[in-house]
Amino acid sequence: MSSTQGVLSISSRPRRPGGRWSHWARHLHGSEYAWAIAFAVPYAAVLLVFGVYPIVYGLWTASDPALYAQLFASDDYIDAVVTTLIYVGVGVNIDMFLALLLSGYFMRKEWWVKALLVISIVPWALPAQVAFISWHWMLIYPGFIDSLSWHIFGVDGPDWFHNYWTALGSMIIAYSWKNVPFWTLIMLAGRMAIPQDLYEAAEIDGASGFRRFVHLVVPLLGNVYLVCTLLATVWMLGDFNTPDMVTSGAPDGLTDVLATMGADLLLEKGNPELGLATVVSALPVLIPIGVLLTRRLQLREVQL
Amino acid sequence: MTVAAATAVGTASRPTRPPSRRLRRWLATAGSAGLGILLLIWWGLPIYNMLLIAIDPTGSTEFAGYIWPPAPTLEAFDTVLFQSYWYLRNFWHQFGNSIYIGAATMVLTVVISSLASFALGRMRLSRGWIISNAALLMYTVPAYFLIIPYFRLMHSYGLMDSLWAIVAIDVTFAAPYALLILQWYGRLLPIELDEAARIDGASPLQVYSQIYLPLMAPALAAIGTYALLVSWNEYLYQFLLLNSPGKKTVAIAIAEFFENDDSPWNLMVAAGLVYSLPPIVTFFALRRYIASGLTMGAVKG
Repeated sequence: MSSTQGVLSISSRPRRPGGRWSHWARHLHGSEYAWAIAFAVPYAAVLLVFGVYPIVYGLWTASDPALYAQLFASDDYIDAVVTTLIYVGVGVNIDMFLALLLSGYFMRKEWWVKALLVISIVPWALPAQVAFISWHWMLIYPGFIDSLSWHIFGVDGPDWFHNYWTALGSMIIAYSWKNVPFWTLIMLAGRMAIPQDLYEAAEIDGASGFRRFVHLVVPLLGNVYLVCTLLATVWMLGDFNTPDMVTSGAPDGLTDVLATMGADLLLEKGNPELGLATVVSALPVLIPIGVLLTRRLQLREVQL
Repeated sequence: MTVAAATAVGTASRPTRPPSRRLRRWLATAGSAGLGILLLIWWGLPIYNMLLIAIDPTGSTEFAGYIWPPAPTLEAFDTVLFQSYWYLRNFWHQFGNSIYIGAATMVLTVVISSLASFALGRMRLSRGWIISNAALLMYTVPAYFLIIPYFRLMHSYGLMDSLWAIVAIDVTFAAPYALLILQWYGRLLPIELDEAARIDGASPLQVYSQIYLPLMAPALAAIGTYALLVSWNEYLYQFLLLNSPGKKTVAIAIAEFFENDDSPWNLMVAAGLVYSLPPIVTFFALRRYIASGLTMGAVKG
């Protein structure tokens, strides 16, 4: 980290021990203090009225312990927990690893690599609803993938939604199709922040591509990778669109995750309290991630 | 793939000899082109699948083993654009509603979070960490946890069946990430700029509007696009909270096709493709800004 710091300080002035905002901080009084409050109020108000209050309301609605006893006794719930764990655990790691590799590919200078980077954003910018309906129809039997495999290889394609594992796999694949471009862009930005002279120095010292990756990219990109992993985990845990539209729970509701199960209880089965409890039960996983994320992001503030 | 190929060649023969280096470079380029083609197919396939359904006159041949419809036609787009089908008779009105929600989300997210990032990051408001941490709390809450609370609260807020309910929800989910990006990016601007302006007698509002906003333009473009994508990707809340025909959006119209098992899918997909255009056009229009916005932000990551 110290080497990046050295190079980065060229672009911004060397740091004073008191931190860079110490000037305004010490002199913030009177009308300036009022201005600062006025600037922060709209954000705080939105957060309070449409964020904090609904969350507290939701927690309070789902606070009856009997709801959780009912949940843990239900097989559907246990299935949903297992599916969610596999979906998020496998999905996030695949996505992050692919994004890391792809960001390396996008560092290349060829024209088609640059063109492809622009094209790769289309899946991310496409509305989830439209994209995942297309994935559903592409994988359904007989759909486009089936036709394609028949035309190219002369064999029938797999019936994705008939088997638990292929259905779960198709959800992970569709999610990664849409989201890997975004994470690739973030990691590409992280890689571009690694000063070029470090690469050149490593090359002069005779480090191979693999060694440069292990000794340069891994330590310098490690924190970006970790923060992305945490954020991606939270987002994927709350993902409703992919399971809802790609498999719709097929086969037999087995690929329901906590988010779709909760929504189903809420909207179809008329049991909002139990639906909320389903989602609240993910908090033991979400809270540590939230704490870790907060600390990681604050660490940045101290370090740079 | 390219890295692996390059290393394999590199260890097999000494990298210093010119012929092997040329071979290595050639292999790397070939690998890069090959990977490029694979990625193009990978990212293009679902989009091709949509086009296939949209240009097929019945909207069902792709389920009959064709990889190109026997009689392709652009009729479906014509039907969508001129609203000549029952489900789509209000298409442009619904499109307008979607644009309204998207644009309001975009503008409000940019305004609210840039003001907050200025107060927290530049003016260093004491106890600002409460807001930062509350914003981080929003990350850890899955969006769909709030279905019932929103459903009940929007009633008491008087925002039921109002486009502003959707705007408020989308801003709430887009703003925390926006604040994070702005705070990362803002650290790159020397605070001395603000100090100089203050010594010259500029008010905080002037520093914000004449120094902070112009210098933050790339990050603002990035978070604006992000906010637009949040609102364009969201459809469940629209489905739940907007009921009257005049308030419906394209996302609801698309979902309505599923009420009927033999809906004209070609029309639905054509409507979906038209609906996809605004975020993609916005992204390409702001592409340069977004790239530098994300790049500079991640220097901190």
